Amino acid sequence: MPPAKSLFDKVWDAHTVRELPGGQTQLFIGLHLIHEVTSPQAFAQLREMGLRVRFPQRTFATVDHIIPTDSQRRPLADSLAEEMLVHLERNCAEHGIQLWLPSSGKQGIVHVIGPELGLTQPGTTIACGDSHTSTHGAFGAVAFGIGTSQVRDVLATQCLALNKPRLRRIEVTGKLAAGVYAKDVILHIIRRLGVNGGVGFAYEYGGPVIDAMSMEERLTVCNMSIEGGARVGYVNPDEIAIEYLRGREFSPKGAAWERAVRYWRGIASDAAAHADDRVELAGHEIAPTITWGINPGQALGVDEALPQLTRVRDDERAGFAEACEFMGFAPGQKIAGTKIDVAFIGSCTNGRISDLREAARVARTGKVAAGVRALVVPGSQQVAKQAEAEGLHEIFRSAGFEWREAGCSMCLAMNPDKLQGRELCASSSNRNFKGRQGSPTGRTLLMSPAMVAAAALAGKVVDVRERL
Amino acid sequence: MAAVVEKVKGTACVLRGDDIDTDRIIPARYLRCVTFDGIGQYAFEDDRKQAKGNHPLDDARFAGAGILVVGRNFGCGSSREHAPQSLMRFGFNAFVGASFAEIFHGNCTALGLPCVTLGERDLAALMDSVELDPTQQVVVDLVARTVSSRAGVMQATIRDGTRQALLEGSWNATVVLIDAGAAIERTARALPYVSGFQSS
Repeated sequence: MPPAKSLFDKVWDAHTVRELPGGQTQLFIGLHLIHEVTSPQAFAQLREMGLRVRFPQRTFATVDHIIPTDSQRRPLADSLAEEMLVHLERNCAEHGIQLWLPSSGKQGIVHVIGPELGLTQPGTTIACGDSHTSTHGAFGAVAFGIGTSQVRDVLATQCLALNKPRLRRIEVTGKLAAGVYAKDVILHIIRRLGVNGGVGFAYEYGGPVIDAMSMEERLTVCNMSIEGGARVGYVNPDEIAIEYLRGREFSPKGAAWERAVRYWRGIASDAAAHADDRVELAGHEIAPTITWGINPGQALGVDEALPQLTRVRDDERAGFAEACEFMGFAPGQKIAGTKIDVAFIGSCTNGRISDLREAARVARTGKVAAGVRALVVPGSQQVAKQAEAEGLHEIFRSAGFEWREAGCSMCLAMNPDKLQGRELCASSSNRNFKGRQGSPTGRTLLMSPAMVAAAALAGKVVDVRERL
Repeated sequence: MAAVVEKVKGTACVLRGDDIDTDRIIPARYLRCVTFDGIGQYAFEDDRKQAKGNHPLDDARFAGAGILVVGRNFGCGSSREHAPQSLMRFGFNAFVGASFAEIFHGNCTALGLPCVTLGERDLAALMDSVELDPTQQVVVDLVARTVSSRAGVMQATIRDGTRQALLEGSWNATVVLIDAGAAIERTARALPYVSGFQSS
């Protein structure tokens, strides 16, 4: 019998082209996803080096970061955004790369459309010039966020030069309580292991809580691996992953489907596979979780209060004080009850159909509070279409939410959706960094989409469990 | 091949604080561009505005510094290469810190910018020393794996693969990766999903 191996080792070994001097590995990348922000300089360098895209049929593009969500009509009102889009169109046309623009009906956030089109498959390697590429690990892919020079590397060679990370298995045991979502699970993991706890590691998520999750929930968990410092996070593929992929546009068909399923089943970690580190967390201990500070590890259960300064670890005290000052919170204070100005539901973390269904379930119980600006931004055009077929957009609109078009929107403020001044935003996105949502002094509280919807109706941070 | 990077010498600038993310290094609005030209001036723009002239990057004593000394998990968050690009164009050629976020570290290597780490005590001593005397020369030596300053010669850590790429001038990975030639296609063909999942 061959020795027991983890999915990570199996995928790494199968994709190794060669070992490079100094200990890096040249790894073949099965799927390269590109978008308008991190690719133009890479194409320009490719041109300077006189090179072509090596595997254009394994490269796919969409536009997400800069696209306005109120009107996607061309030319875009922001001339810089329009210029980026024109570059993307030109580069894709010149190199024979498939590009999904809004006119295709399949445009959306790159990490939403990959799975939805069936491009993201188990046992593959994936790279994208975006740190949330870890999302695709939900299917048992090994997926790397990369910078622009590495986008150039992949365009030119379909390979990356990488240091092999170590493997940490994170096991979430037991069961989640009602009103506790995948977002709470990953915020809890980051809170426990720290925002740099995963540096140098790939995370393998497992255990009964992860096993019971839908694909969309697993995508949410893997998405925020990078917020915990881990560039790669994945879940072993199972029947839930296989069923999700059945019949999708880029899923294998006919006899090839059977071959694919055999490969996918075999690529999962063997039961006795080695992990360099193991962590176990109890699912029933996880509460609806919110961030209160300026990094995603500064989080609390919604029913908890901030610690007193004397209870904060020495090496975290300066960061704790800085976060309190920026956010306007005091040590010992509860975050529940804090008045909000903006509610944002969307992003590659939580902009999928199941997220919108959960948020709508809450939204139908009331009206957006006076003075709160509330946005629902579907993660892709296909998500929007499905939501509209189910009437979710009407539920949101009649509750007082704006129903927008697909894009990254207020997650990162490269488009017109931004906070103003010191506004406080309840957000289903992934980062609460200073200035992240477009105003240098704007403030972000990360939470699940259902919690955001509940906050929008109450006008303040509340425990969604009281609304369900 | 790219330039060989064996030593980075210069004065240094101390930027205290942990978990400094790439949104702070370069706010997202400056990612609306198709070249990196000119983004050096926007490094830490929002932090600098809020500090009203008291930010280390605006401190006249640190003007012209080529080495940035930072805390733990520097460069966390977004994969934007615009972050190291802006710091490089501002004038930094090396980073010394407690630890670096993975993608930021990779992006720096791809630009020929070493990121080296020091032990907690050494880093604190280096920060204090540079703040006390910002005119001193600091040397990041990749051959000897040391950081030298008036605070002493300190043992620095840098990953072997990264160090080798900088020492050999092979940090433009495209050139190295292309060298594998047909082995790339051979690896691809051996993958079931590349060769065998097309509709039959």
